[in-house]
Amino acid sequence: MDGLLTDTIGAISTAVGNAGISIIRMSGPEAFSVASKIFRGKGNFYEYRSHTVHYGKIIDPDNNDVIDEVLITKMAAPRTYTREDTVEISCHGGYVTASRILDLLYRNGVRPAEPGEFTKRAFLNGRIDLAQAEAVMDIIASRTEKSSKVAVSQLEGRLSDKINSLRTRLVEMLASIEVNLDYPEYDFEEVAADTLSMKIRSVYDELKNLIEGFHYGKILREGMEVAIIGKPNAGKSSLLNRLSGRNRAIVTDIPGTTRDILEEYVNILGMPIKLIDTAGLRETENAVEKIGVNKAIEVMDSSDLILFILDANSGFEQEDADILEKVEKYREKTIFVVNKTDKKDEGKLNEIKERIPNVLEISVLEDSGINILEREIYQYVNKNNIDTDNQILVTNARHKKHLQLSLADLEKALAAIEAGMTMDVVSIDIKSAAENLGYITGHQVSEEVVANIFERFCIGK
Amino acid sequence: MSRNCSNQNSYDVIVIGAGHAGCEAALAAARMGAQTAIFSMNLDSVANMPCNPNIGGTAKGHLVREIDALGGEMGKCADKTLIQSRMLNTAKGPAVYSLRAQIDRRSYQREMKHTLELQENLDLIQAEITDILVENNRVTGVRSHLGTVFNAKAVILTTGTYLKGRIVVGDVVYSGGPDGLLPANRLSESLKKFGIELLRFKTGTPARINRRSIDFSRMEIQHGDNPIVPFSFEHETIEREQVPCYLTYTTEKTHRIIRENLHRSALFGGIIEGIGPRYCPSIEDKIVRFADKERHQVFVEPMGLDTEEFYLQGFSTSMPVDVQIEMIRSLPGLENARIMRYAYAIEYDCINPLDLKLSLEFKNIDGLFSAGQINGSSGYEEAAAQGLIAGINAVLKIKGEQPLILDRSQAYIGVLIDDLVTKGTNEPYRMMTSRAEYRLHLRQDNADARLTPIGYKIGLIKEDRYKKFLIKQQSISNEIKRLKSKTVPPSDKVNEFLKRHSSSPISTGIKLYDLLKRPEITYEALKEIDDGMPDLPRSFAEQVSVSVKYEGYIAKQLQQIEQFKKMEQRLIPEDIDYEKIPGLRIEARQKLARQRPASIGQASRISGVSPADISVLLIYLDAKRKRGGKQ
Ligand SMILES: Cc1cc2nc3c(=O)[nH]c(=O)nc-3n(C[C@H](O)[C@H](O)[C@H](O)COP(=O)(O)OP(=O)(O)OC[C@H]3O[C@@H](n4cnc5c(N)ncnc54)[C@H](O)[C@@H]3O)c2cc1C
Ligand SMILES: Nc1nc2c(ncn2[C@@H]2O[C@H](COP(=O)(O)OP(=O)(O)O)[C@@H](O)[C@H]2O)c(=O)[nH]1
Ligand SMILES: [Mg+2]
Repeated sequence: MDGLLTDTIGAISTAVGNAGISIIRMSGPEAFSVASKIFRGKGNFYEYRSHTVHYGKIIDPDNNDVIDEVLITKMAAPRTYTREDTVEISCHGGYVTASRILDLLYRNGVRPAEPGEFTKRAFLNGRIDLAQAEAVMDIIASRTEKSSKVAVSQLEGRLSDKINSLRTRLVEMLASIEVNLDYPEYDFEEVAADTLSMKIRSVYDELKNLIEGFHYGKILREGMEVAIIGKPNAGKSSLLNRLSGRNRAIVTDIPGTTRDILEEYVNILGMPIKLIDTAGLRETENAVEKIGVNKAIEVMDSSDLILFILDANSGFEQEDADILEKVEKYREKTIFVVNKTDKKDEGKLNEIKERIPNVLEISVLEDSGINILEREIYQYVNKNNIDTDNQILVTNARHKKHLQLSLADLEKALAAIEAGMTMDVVSIDIKSAAENLGYITGHQVSEEVVANIFERFCIGK
Repeated sequence: MSRNCSNQNSYDVIVIGAGHAGCEAALAAARMGAQTAIFSMNLDSVANMPCNPNIGGTAKGHLVREIDALGGEMGKCADKTLIQSRMLNTAKGPAVYSLRAQIDRRSYQREMKHTLELQENLDLIQAEITDILVENNRVTGVRSHLGTVFNAKAVILTTGTYLKGRIVVGDVVYSGGPDGLLPANRLSESLKKFGIELLRFKTGTPARINRRSIDFSRMEIQHGDNPIVPFSFEHETIEREQVPCYLTYTTEKTHRIIRENLHRSALFGGIIEGIGPRYCPSIEDKIVRFADKERHQVFVEPMGLDTEEFYLQGFSTSMPVDVQIEMIRSLPGLENARIMRYAYAIEYDCINPLDLKLSLEFKNIDGLFSAGQINGSSGYEEAAAQGLIAGINAVLKIKGEQPLILDRSQAYIGVLIDDLVTKGTNEPYRMMTSRAEYRLHLRQDNADARLTPIGYKIGLIKEDRYKKFLIKQQSISNEIKRLKSKTVPPSDKVNEFLKRHSSSPISTGIKLYDLLKRPEITYEALKEIDDGMPDLPRSFAEQVSVSVKYEGYIAKQLQQIEQFKKMEQRLIPEDIDYEKIPGLRIEARQKLARQRPASIGQASRISGVSPADISVLLIYLDAKRKRGGKQ
């Protein structure tokens, strides 16, 4: 918590690449003076009234370069989210401009905000209490009905019941070891190493299941990530817009317009889905576009599902072949889609179908095949047969961390038993495993807990 | 320190009670240079063991070692008077190795009393203290039953089980102290008058039997260890003939007698209202609560060499005397038992330890300290440990110095006092190894390494002993270095040695250090293939061996300790106003305001204070500090 409340922090508060407009936010005692240094608009920034928006330019004071035309919002303490002086700058486009502005802020004495730091300040300044601060995260996260169901059952304590019961089992094991350590003269049954191993292993397995559920829990909470790839002009941005029902991405006839990654949350049959629109995957000399292409490859790797969009009008071209090669690795998680069936060239479409037999035919323009695509996406998510109504899901990264630590402790305990270590040592690891579970249900304290709670928060609200 | 030897009414430190707590407190205070007086109702009961005739055992043995490492007396006195000694738990790991000795009860008392008598700066006086004297929330002295006023700068309460003592045998109840001694009936009122809350606790002790009536041939015999491992770090060996203990079991008949007479027991009949400990239930308790256990152990232990009294460990009871006889005679070997002392339970006043600081001083009465069973603990060792700390802190207080507070990572003593003072207790508190988080560090073998430098600093460890200690630490670390540097090449001799110890053979050279890490290879055994091994005393070798074998675990524990210390070192200002902290839950606010913890670490251990409350507190302190720094 160094530098707490005495310095000014800044960050991009829209998710990376999200939308055509990015917001940069700064909070702290120097927010206004920094803003007045880099913002040129009508009149003096200091004289603007609080909670008003102004049009102007962001200028690099070192060389007077104009970085972007922006809207700037001035909000004076204490009526702000953090209860500190706050400035928000809305700039054009995606990440690149925004990070140039952010960089400018950093050069002028603003410190990069840690994850969740705005919310942390709101808490520190008495704007919200700790429980509310934690709840903010869940409000942000619960984007659809299904995930709020998980959130609710979390609240109702199904997860903590489960963890408490595992913890109790560990505590029971400990007790039966300890009684022999503390009362050696009595004839209590000694804990046999192999029985103990067996008991530990069974807790271990259940912990492991819980941790595995985290991934699915994350899908429910943060949305499954679906990457849309395809050559330029295949209709990726159009599809994203169709699925999200909004005009978000910039749709043009000029190949390569979508230079950054665009993200949009959509709700498909009750499932939260994070759609990611990538730039066309083609070799390029254009520097900015190259960043986009590299990112697209990264996204393919990290996403849960890939939609590969082909074009029924242009047919299977060299670019498609290149992408197909890249997607080969991820075939398991790829849905092949051919767009523009309204304008199809029968011969070219057949050529595509020969290469990709199960390709799904759609027309974004005519809204045909979109329902089937949605169902495919939904089924993909549910193909692991996860029963959202009954499965206990770990959705919180802090919880997951402690489950993993606990698992590691149990591994060590098993190894210690295996190595023939004495019970005073074995019990240390079991105890530590129990303590780690205790961190989740609130049985223990460490200064790190505070830091960690806040680390979970995305920047901004 | 005052030196008015002519006046026997004015002292630096007064200790009320000459039990195990009082003796350590008085000796420490006097040895640190304070003019000290110790009072006991009866000088023939100094350092009495009203219950089991032994010292040590799990966790308690650790306490004795720690007392000794700090310069206390219990370990030395026990070494001089023990009649059987055993190291328990040797198969269960070095963290829980525990030394336990049968003590000749009378010799122990005589030895301790004589030590008090010989101690410079110390007066041992027989008197019942009836009043403590307090002016402006500051203790100024005490008054005896004879009306004499003794002035003091600090007073330590170590009254054990004597305050308003009430003895219960079956349905017979009378006012009394342990072992037929008188109770102290008047001091409680004086304590209450100054706002000290008193609780009512209870404990019990089994019957004593005459040896002539016992048939040992029907019992299992238990011998002591050879050689004897001493408690005191000042003693390297003890040559002594040892006497055996015996083990017998309850029978079906015993259980039937108890069940049939349950309504006559004081416990189940509702005569006793004090809170008894869960960990040492009376035999009727055990039989009710563990109904399907077929038999319970009963240990038969000598009370001393020049007495025929035997103690029946595990057989304490609140039954009336006729049932007691019947019960005892149902035990194999005790069919003809002649009882010398009947089992009884005792109820007594004790304070609420939540009212104490970690220094064992009362939060609300300056200069008044409290230690031992009166603090809600149980056991001789627990009492002695607290007594030592209270004695030290009384003197430090008078000198205007910071109190000695051992934390949970330094000593069992720290765990004991922190538990009592921070969490409180609703039954007599017994030390257990499982109460210590850092057990692998808080071992009995390294108590000197942990605490002797502290004892030296406060003046209870003398120069020559400290020098010896430094040499010991040096040779231990030298030896570990040597083991790390010396490689054993593979040879027929070495591999034959390894095979003999069921250890895998080597094909390339291996460090002695790594060989010793193997669980099956002991340090002693290593000598056979290590011609450079120095001839280290047993206690040195033990520390070398444990340090090497458990290195990884010890290192991990030390890391955890570092984490722990961070929280302990975040002190909470004494003038903090919990009412002014937004976001604290009401329960937490009340608890914190009542207990006024010294650090965040201590606050986090208070029941009813949640992690979220601690976060709020941390952040409040942080923000306050930052704001303070800015102004
Ligand atoms: C019946 C019984 C059963 C027990 N069972 C167990 C057991 O199972 N396990 C276990 O670990 N421990 C047991 N103990 C506890 C053990 O005896 C005590 O914990 C230990 O002796 C406490 O030491 P102490 O110094 O606090 O007090 P004590 O040893 O009780 O000493 C108190 C001293 O204070 C003196 N004193 C008291 N009031 C005054 C006064 N007003 N003025 C002057 N002097 C005063 C007394 O004369 C005495 O010298 C038992 C004790 C009793 C009596
Ligand atoms: N006829 C027809 N045109 C489409 C369809 N989908 C997208 N387009 C057009 O194709 C062009 C490129 O679309 P865009 O979404 O920007 O492609 P991207 O480069 O893959 O993101 C735009 O002019 C769209 O209007 C479709 O289903 N049918
Ligand atoms: Mg596009």
